[in-house]
Amino acid sequence: MNFLTYLINGISLGSIYAIIALGYTMVYGIAKMLNFAHGDVIMIGGYLIYTASSTYGFNPLVSILISVVGCTILGMLTEKVAYKPLRNAASNLAVLITAIGVSYFLQNIALLIFGANPKSFSSVVTWEGLSLAGGELKIQGVTIVTILTSVVILIALQLFINKTKSGQAMLAVSEDKGAATLMGINVNKTISLTFAIGSGLAAIAGALLCSAYPTLTPYTGAMPGIKAFVAAVLGGIGSIPGAMIGGLLLGVVEILSKRYISTQLADAIVFAILIIILLVKPTGLLGKNIQEKV
Amino acid sequence: MKLTKVSKRNLITYGIVIAFYIIIQILNLTGNLSSHMEGLLVPMTYYSIVAVALNLTVGILGELSLGHAGFMCIGAFSASLFSVATKETMNGGLRFFLALVIGTVMAAIFGFLIGIPVLRLKGDYLAIVTLAFGEIIKNILAAVYLGYDEAGLHISFKSFVLQGEGKMLINGAMGIQGTPSDSSFTIAIVILLISLFIVQNLVNSRDGRAIMSIRDNRIASESVGINVVKYKMLAFVISAAIAGTAGVLFSHNTSTLTATSTYFGYNVSIMILVYVVLGGIGNIRGSVIAASILYILPEMLRGLSNYRMLIYSIVLIVIMLINWAPKAIEVREKYVTLLKRRFAK
Repeated sequence: MNFLTYLINGISLGSIYAIIALGYTMVYGIAKMLNFAHGDVIMIGGYLIYTASSTYGFNPLVSILISVVGCTILGMLTEKVAYKPLRNAASNLAVLITAIGVSYFLQNIALLIFGANPKSFSSVVTWEGLSLAGGELKIQGVTIVTILTSVVILIALQLFINKTKSGQAMLAVSEDKGAATLMGINVNKTISLTFAIGSGLAAIAGALLCSAYPTLTPYTGAMPGIKAFVAAVLGGIGSIPGAMIGGLLLGVVEILSKRYISTQLADAIVFAILIIILLVKPTGLLGKNIQEKV
Repeated sequence: MKLTKVSKRNLITYGIVIAFYIIIQILNLTGNLSSHMEGLLVPMTYYSIVAVALNLTVGILGELSLGHAGFMCIGAFSASLFSVATKETMNGGLRFFLALVIGTVMAAIFGFLIGIPVLRLKGDYLAIVTLAFGEIIKNILAAVYLGYDEAGLHISFKSFVLQGEGKMLINGAMGIQGTPSDSSFTIAIVILLISLFIVQNLVNSRDGRAIMSIRDNRIASESVGINVVKYKMLAFVISAAIAGTAGVLFSHNTSTLTATSTYFGYNVSIMILVYVVLGGIGNIRGSVIAASILYILPEMLRGLSNYRMLIYSIVLIVIMLINWAPKAIEVREKYVTLLKRRFAK
């Protein structure tokens, strides 16, 4: 029973990674950039919910909505100001460094407004959770909500990409920007939409992450951001089901190794799995292998 | 003796470093250097050294590495281990020289071992795997316990009690205590000059040209018979080794060495990458200048307390936009040609 509890906790953490990784993988697929500031959007989302619910007393659902809208605007704004001017720059590193700059900026804005002391975050899920097998297996409400949310998001995203015009436009832009422009797709709008969706997802991930691990500091988002990126790469970057699988795998491995091997080495084990998988399959689990042509 | 353009450029780089050293020494002798600034000199120099090392990987080899803090960590820990173990039995100068050699060689070995899997990957995959290796190194060194007693050498991931006479060398998260402070600004500058000498000469050698041809077009260079794996490995190992040397300077500058994110996390690798990109990708001299200025800048802004990193981040974004945005470059070139025309008249 104990093992089952840990496994479920792992799946829950993995779902959070998966939601973040979805944002990462979409942005990477389309803008071909490592968005190092993505993790910090999660943190900003967390602070927005914290302010809305603790300071202004909104109920949790309204706070989440405020946070999603806030992060969506933030995402589109950073794309417009910091990333768009560098889209055709001579080196890919330029936009990477700008993203790092944005990441520093968001962390320090949060530090200035909210201070370095951790804020205790009250969970957005008030439901106690389930008690199965005569009370031996307890599952927290947050855990169940997290897993369900990620499943809903995955399905909605798949439908959006495969069934709607904007979704198809995203696929086209990620495939070939030039050809997509010739087909009459507004590339700027599509990229902007991708950032909006990615940042909105980050806000939801922020709500779930802070509900499960209720301390909020300006650096809360950094490590989950990096791990979600690892998850995205593990699943094959650019692939939506891949991000989901990568996230779940990472979460389960992290929780189980924390419990059964060592707390300090859990991160090392997570990163080691990434290395092993990339050695066997250099484009990730579900990544497409593109042959280089001369 | 007639100097070629290249060797003239290299000499200017050494000249800048030496001039800077002399200015600092004069300031120090005349008492114009605050003790706070004095404390920043060695860190500034070892970050410049790592920036030179990383520029070899990023600028010359053209692969993005986010794990150079890991190589620093290897160099720092292996050299500190040696220095702590031989503190009572060996004299200072020789011990520090050997520590430098050990740190460098260990980082080179790890660079080779990590390079075998990593250099098969491409682009951002390579970047994330180097980041992963850096984090693994940091996490393992933060969790390991190493000590010796009458029963011999013990190594474990759990803390243990020593039997009888003995000493704890690496104490888990507490790291290595009591490294002798052998680093000095003079030694650091000498090592910076040596690193510059190695990298600049490599770049202008036959090997360097082979490495740069791989960066510019791997398939074309492969087809003219360049051993891609060998040259990629050569650049990566040299880069790792130099980062390891900087790590030795780091660990012998503070008495307590811990493998925390502040010193060896991926954010340190990213910070160094920022130095390299702002100094100019592939521009070795630029790396040294950018690393020195950008390391000192936040320290100079300390009076602004919480605002300093905010200002730093805005400056970083603005510099990148001005330097790299195609629109900004267009505008700049227009004004430059306008100015030139005006002065030509």
